Amino acid sequence: MTMVSRPVLFGALALIIVAVVALALPSWLVSLTTLAFANALVVLGLIILWRAGLVPFGQALFYAIGAYAVALIDRYGGMHDVFVLITAAAVLSAFAAFLTGFLLARYREIFFAMLSLAMSMILYGALVKTETLGSTDGFHVEAPTYLGYAPQGAMHLLVLFWLVLAFSAASALLVFLYFRSVAGALAVPVRDSEIRLEFLGVSVNGLIHLNLVISGTLAGIGGAFAALSIEHVDPNMAYWTTSGGFVFVTILAGAGSVAAAFVGSFVFEFLKSIAYDILPGTWQIFLGAVLLVTILFLPEGLGSLFGRLRQRLNLKPANVSS
Amino acid sequence: MRQHLPHPENRLTITFAAWFLGLLALTTTGARAEQPAPVKIGFVTFLTGPAAAPFGIPDHNAAELLVESLNAGQVPAPYAQVGLGGAKIEAKFLDEAGSASDVVTQFRNLAERDHVDVVVGYVSSGNCLAVTPVAEELKQLTVLDICGTPRVFEEKPRHYVFRVNPHATMDNVSTAKYALAKFKDVSVYSGINQNYAWGQDSWRDFRLVMKDLDPKATVDKELFPKLFAGEYGAEISTLLTSNAQFIHSSFYDGDLEAFIYQAAARGLPQRIPLVLTTGESSLWRLGAKVPDGTVIGARGPHTFFAHESALNVWFHKAYVDRFKEQPIYPAYDFAQSLFGLKTAWEKAQAKKGGGRPTTEEVIAAFEGISFPTPSTTVQMALGNGHQGISDTAVGTYKFDKAESRPEMVDIVRYSAACVNPPADVNSIAWLEGGMKGAKCD
Amino acid sequence: MLTAFAILTDGLVYAAYLFLIAIGLTLIFGVMRILNVTHGSFYAFGAYGSAIAVGIYFDRGFPAAGGFLLMVLVAMVIGLVLGLILERGLLRLFYGKDEVIVVLVTYAAFLILEDVIKLIWGPNSYALYQPLALAGTIDVGSLVLSGYDIGLIVFASLLAIGASFALKRTRWGHLLTVVIFDREIAAALGINVTAVYTITFVIGAMLGALGGAVMAPKIAVTLGIGVEVIVLAFAVVAIGGMGSIGGALLGALIVGECRAAAVHLVPQIELFVIYAVMALVLIFRPQGLFTRIAPRKI
Repeated sequence: MTMVSRPVLFGALALIIVAVVALALPSWLVSLTTLAFANALVVLGLIILWRAGLVPFGQALFYAIGAYAVALIDRYGGMHDVFVLITAAAVLSAFAAFLTGFLLARYREIFFAMLSLAMSMILYGALVKTETLGSTDGFHVEAPTYLGYAPQGAMHLLVLFWLVLAFSAASALLVFLYFRSVAGALAVPVRDSEIRLEFLGVSVNGLIHLNLVISGTLAGIGGAFAALSIEHVDPNMAYWTTSGGFVFVTILAGAGSVAAAFVGSFVFEFLKSIAYDILPGTWQIFLGAVLLVTILFLPEGLGSLFGRLRQRLNLKPANVSS
Repeated sequence: MRQHLPHPENRLTITFAAWFLGLLALTTTGARAEQPAPVKIGFVTFLTGPAAAPFGIPDHNAAELLVESLNAGQVPAPYAQVGLGGAKIEAKFLDEAGSASDVVTQFRNLAERDHVDVVVGYVSSGNCLAVTPVAEELKQLTVLDICGTPRVFEEKPRHYVFRVNPHATMDNVSTAKYALAKFKDVSVYSGINQNYAWGQDSWRDFRLVMKDLDPKATVDKELFPKLFAGEYGAEISTLLTSNAQFIHSSFYDGDLEAFIYQAAARGLPQRIPLVLTTGESSLWRLGAKVPDGTVIGARGPHTFFAHESALNVWFHKAYVDRFKEQPIYPAYDFAQSLFGLKTAWEKAQAKKGGGRPTTEEVIAAFEGISFPTPSTTVQMALGNGHQGISDTAVGTYKFDKAESRPEMVDIVRYSAACVNPPADVNSIAWLEGGMKGAKCD
Repeated sequence: MLTAFAILTDGLVYAAYLFLIAIGLTLIFGVMRILNVTHGSFYAFGAYGSAIAVGIYFDRGFPAAGGFLLMVLVAMVIGLVLGLILERGLLRLFYGKDEVIVVLVTYAAFLILEDVIKLIWGPNSYALYQPLALAGTIDVGSLVLSGYDIGLIVFASLLAIGASFALKRTRWGHLLTVVIFDREIAAALGINVTAVYTITFVIGAMLGALGGAVMAPKIAVTLGIGVEVIVLAFAVVAIGGMGSIGGALLGALIVGECRAAAVHLVPQIELFVIYAVMALVLIFRPQGLFTRIAPRKI
């Protein structure tokens, strides 16, 4: 067995278990998980960038583009099939990432972060000014159809959940493979020493541009699913606090593992829910405290738990550990 | 597996999983507990953030006060029955703060995890628009509270969602009429509103009404500072150098206060009078700092404009006694929402001879009813009986220096049919069409 | 003509506001490389402290000049206490970790402090109205300028001059500059970088609190005032260049004037101005306006 297949097997198993368990779970938990996984796609994209040493504060730009693409096509374009909507969202956000990447790929550190923030805020401003789209109130997104099938009642939550799950699995697998590809592996040297990489003949800007397009697309798909999940879009999806939330979860999850994006995102949504529930007036203290504790005890993020788990599972019997 | 010794990573993962599952069990089992007797109501409003002070706290205060008073049967007629139809109200408060996805997630939690009978609340129009379709999907009886957008019932008919408080159209219709009557021969006016849906919608409505009633009037400056900007130096300079005869603003609380301090310090309101559609909420705090002669609206006939009634006297006194501050219009708005629900609930209960009504029965009873509130009487006349209308009032501010308290003079009342669109007519279409069908006396 | 003058003065007032909120942040960022999200909390605490303490002072009828001095003192005390608690008690645990982790720590601290404010002072808003009234007005034609605004411009200018002087002429300023340039070499030269960090953070906290304290008379001091300030401060720091006081000043001036012009002439774009300026500056000066040519490390 190669090193690749064990985590993949484990992931596939987890996926099937979750898909089946969903039938028994209360629907509020299913919709919470759907939203969490949609946001996890954005986080996945951020992990890709973080490994290269870049943390954008404007991923909400692509998130909003994906969400509004779905909402606008659904409302004005007359097409309601979920695959059409998601594909449109992916294509549009990929294109936006491609265009903005020409500029963004040349920046690093805080300037990269702030320039991407500026771009998302410009989209925010444009959306706020567009009164026909409801300005800050936003507008409703109708439930989509699935290749002709229109689920009724509680089923539509489950069907959306399974679809998001499938997309998450596919993305997780693709990103996992990407990390093991040459392009993906080069992310770490980009973070550590760009100049050496340039001397080796690799176009660092080109590499970053590629990473930007991948993460922008993921963010757009995440936004599309989020829009379908909460059935509403508003300009706040492009606001800097939304981007900040994604960065927050990314660091919570850690850059070490693909699964961490999903677990981290779910834990965050779940924690937020609990905080609102039991401490309605002071939920921010709760969230901040939990975050601090997590950073203190798990400085590599939640993903490090998986790293350790995987390490233990991969130990061969003859291998005497130190 | 090779070993069963408690390896450190093992322990960590296991405790993590156990903790997680435990929490999961905790939150889900709680929901399955049976509670047939009390009526569970989820109250959602801003408990944190800048909207807490102007809306969330008065809302929350009124909720606490009314739930306790109702449960003790202390409210005067016609609301003397305990709780809702004899069943005590069990209140669960939730913060409305967060993004739309947070708000929708919390709504689903209320409906499906906590199994509340009714959800009452929501201040932000965006949130109202986001939860309404979910309420319909989950068949959750919901009474929207303060949010003002007419879109809720104009985009689609609703079955499970109600809104007792009139929407924001009447605020600008009434203040425009008042301003035109007060400032004779208006030819130029300006506006400063927050750059988001509420501010944009308010300004749009006001302009449309002005165009209907005084077509020759023109707009000199229309300013849209960012929401919660707090610093209005440039805007004030712009207005100082404009030739407007009055300035319209839908600012509220924090922004309104900052604007008034900064503007008053530079003599703006003394030169150009302000017309504040929701100015009432800041009067008690600002006191003498609001210049005399400012036109004030209260989004309904609340506080200064409330009609005399035993209910109003009781509500006002109970509120002041308990919270040591004056109730502002969000508190009155909340009272209207809860009393509307109570009326519907008890009517449904009476109809079935005393048994606890189902959601469908409450809905049937709620549609189209009319009931008294501390301020006035509300009729559920729009949106197929789901959207309330009431009369309103606008006045001019005067600070009584002797008594050291705010006062309202030159109060003009506008009947419900005068400032609200007729049933089945879209608000914006009504304004654009010259407000046909309005019945003013 | 009057409009042009109005744009000029409005721009200066807004620039003063931006500079006051950004200077603490650029200092901390320049020296410690920390994007201090808690900066918003310093601002908020300073505003609350000022509104309440100075409000009480004026209510008692003490002389006006002392009131303004008290504003500064309150800010310094708040900044000192908060800065010390945060830096010694929290941030110290995370030095050496990835910078992004430290940002997250400051964000967590910000969340906690937001609710701490609510627990201490409640959700209602506070007003400090006396300073505005006392400062009077200056009439220029039909344009009325607030004396307090003019005072803010003077104050910000003095602060800029003072900070530059402190950095360039005092021993402590030199130490700070060395650490900004290259912390490793600084440590190798025997500079107590840890002490420098602590003192810088505390000074940055004091400056953040000062920004809130002097702005308190103009705004309604309520929950959430820290949030908006954060992104504005970050933008100005990004425009000006990391750790550069002159950059923060120039950035504040550019944004201030552009915004004032927008409000007077093209109000529709007001929302975009700061971000458009930031994007434009970064396109032509990718490291901000005043950037030090840092040697590339191979």
